[in-house]
Amino acid sequence: MSRPATVKNAETLRDVAGEGYKYGFVTEIESESAPPGLNEDIVAFISAKKEEPRWLLDWRLDAFRHWRQMAEPHWAKLRVAPIDYQAATYYSAPKRQNAPKSLDEVDPELLKTYEKLGIPLNERAALAGVAVDAVFDSVSVATTFKDKLAELGIIFCSFGEAVREHGDLVRQYLGSVVPPGDNFFAALNSAVFSDGSFAYVPPGVRCPMELSTYFRINAAKTGQFERTLIIADKGSYVSYLEGCTAPQRDENQLHAAVVELVALEGAEIKYSTVQNWYPGDAEGKGGIYNFVTKRGACRGANSKISWTQVETGSAITWKYPSCILEGDNSVGEFYSVAITNNLQQADTGTKMIHLGRNTRSTIVSKGISAGRGQNTYRGLVRIQPKAENARNYTQCDSLLIGHKCGAHTLPYIEVRNPSARVEHEATTSKISDDQMFYCRQRGLTQEDALSLIVNGFCKEVLKELPMEFAVEAQKLLAVSLEGSVG
Amino acid sequence: MLEIRNLHARIADGREILKGIDLAVAAGEVHAIMGPNGSGKSTLAGVLSGRPGYEVTEGSVTYLGRDLLALGPDERARAGVFLAFQYPVEIPGVNNMYFLRAALNSVRRARGEADLDAGQFLKAVRAKLKLLEIGEDLLQRGVNVGFSGGEKKRNEIFQMAMLEPRLAILDETDSGLDIDALRMVARGINALRGPERSIVMITHYQRLLEHVVPDRVHVLSGGRIVKSGGKELALELELTGYGAYGDAA
Ligand SMILES: Nc1ncnc2c1ncn2[C@@H]1O[C@H](COP(=O)(O)OP(=O)(O)OP(=O)(O)O)[C@@H](O)[C@H]1O
Ligand SMILES: [Mg+2]
Repeated sequence: MSRPATVKNAETLRDVAGEGYKYGFVTEIESESAPPGLNEDIVAFISAKKEEPRWLLDWRLDAFRHWRQMAEPHWAKLRVAPIDYQAATYYSAPKRQNAPKSLDEVDPELLKTYEKLGIPLNERAALAGVAVDAVFDSVSVATTFKDKLAELGIIFCSFGEAVREHGDLVRQYLGSVVPPGDNFFAALNSAVFSDGSFAYVPPGVRCPMELSTYFRINAAKTGQFERTLIIADKGSYVSYLEGCTAPQRDENQLHAAVVELVALEGAEIKYSTVQNWYPGDAEGKGGIYNFVTKRGACRGANSKISWTQVETGSAITWKYPSCILEGDNSVGEFYSVAITNNLQQADTGTKMIHLGRNTRSTIVSKGISAGRGQNTYRGLVRIQPKAENARNYTQCDSLLIGHKCGAHTLPYIEVRNPSARVEHEATTSKISDDQMFYCRQRGLTQEDALSLIVNGFCKEVLKELPMEFAVEAQKLLAVSLEGSVG
Repeated sequence: MLEIRNLHARIADGREILKGIDLAVAAGEVHAIMGPNGSGKSTLAGVLSGRPGYEVTEGSVTYLGRDLLALGPDERARAGVFLAFQYPVEIPGVNNMYFLRAALNSVRRARGEADLDAGQFLKAVRAKLKLLEIGEDLLQRGVNVGFSGGEKKRNEIFQMAMLEPRLAILDETDSGLDIDALRMVARGINALRGPERSIVMITHYQRLLEHVVPDRVHVLSGGRIVKSGGKELALELELTGYGAYGDAA
């Protein structure tokens, strides 16, 4: 007779939690798409569909011509299957007669989709204190609490609407932080973006609720290219949240977004992301390719931009939310948790570009690798000659679960002013069998033990998230690590 | 409470460490297990608590009428089995207090009791801290992180006091303690003593047994219990050493 002392050692988190990716369903809805492929005609088709002014069409075509000259970047530590840009579809929108004027006119199928995702768009049921712009495939389908915000002069609407109603603001700021030719994916986005969110907070106004965009990719073989532009005028404050999911599909889907933030004098923008795109299955089949350019400009003195991201989804994540610290005394922050499980790969980090005097930046990056996941932190801290007394503090911690995963830390530091103070700390640790056993001996399930340890590891980042989402993020971390210990 | 019959266990390299352990601990009893280094005491504690890395090849363990070996480590803990570790484990980033509350609530749920809210929990904590003369500062640190050897052992006893197990196995909780800490640990163990609970203390020293008087003392040597007796056996060992039992391996 032979019997292991702990019969249940082999149980996996998947057995315990039995959850998997909860958002993998597909909504059956009639949609209208552009033919696959990418050329000037498609760009013009998208622009025409959106009834855009001439200047924007020209802007797109300019970006497209840039893009055609550019090559995909391959410097990241990522293995990416070749992407056939001519096979993808660049525009897909839920079919309906006219743009909905109110929530009552939104297709009930769509409302149901968002309810299933836990994002009720009905204002009565909506999360208290959160205004949501819901983007389905490439199109904004509903924005909540608009009227309430308008009373304060805050503009929060879909990008398309902003182009129509607030064209001057859009024209003034679009591409001012991420120029159309900035990089391959930003250029692609600039050519074909179809919608996204726009927010403007007037001088001295503190936005009383979280503004939130919820991105959903639904259609097959469709890329999603949304564009977000947020402007915080002098002395204003806004906290912005972004969430995302996609159906479970066998093929990879491309997501190439651009986010631009502008903080004028004394303004503060807090931008939080909980990224939960479909990560692919345990064998690495399917999943979203997430190639995103996010950048904020602290244009005025004493302004502040803070990025917080919890990256759990996507097959591939390529993303470096950055801050350009132009204004004197401006502050940039980057708080990040990135998880890779199974065959997920993430190459993520930030750039802090110090231009103004007394500019300060803080980087806290927590990378968690499980399964055969690969996690790379890549960060640039650049102190320009005029940035007297610039300060940076960087902390990069990696946590390994199991022995087939990898963690890599690649900090680049360029200091061109001798008064700068730049500190960098990095650690790598592993969840040991002893730690797991200790927790379980105290009565915690394997799943709870892992979640406790991982949340402890990430807590400096999680505490930066708005309350409602911190709880959600904690659960998400646990689900993302399903099956990683056993 | 606990009945171990002909228990054989081996480690990954195939070496048999436990070679037929027989031991019965009745409810309300305190048993001490003594024995030379490397004789298998911690292995026994590990097998009883479900530590990975051991394979039971023969024998059975019955706990409160159930097959203990069929349960996972966390199920055993929730069923009331507590192990005070010889080497308590550090868990950076996880607040000691938060950890304890999660543990206590999972054990309480298994006992059919309601979760304690923050206020009730704090009250319970304060009462036990007072009993054990532990400072509150220990609670706000990471689990065992940066604790001195003695602090780690006290923390184990504190956890035990909070979780109120039915069967507590203490693996050298008295090693490395100063005189005051030893008294405190003894007070914690004695406070737990009761007709419904059993305690198995692994120790090298008679001095703990002066404070916590055992009902039975066993000598574990070479993977077997080679001698059992009353509390006077410990005194006798203190004088003669394990020489007489060394050949059992
Ligand atoms: N996981 C393991 N891997 C390898 N060897 C082990 C393992 N566990 C126990 N052993 C070996 O089994 C034997 C018994 O070890 P155990 O820790 O049970 O002794 P002990 O009686 O507790 O000793 P001490 O009084 O020093 O604590 C030792 O030779 C030890 O090296
Ligand atoms: Mg031992």
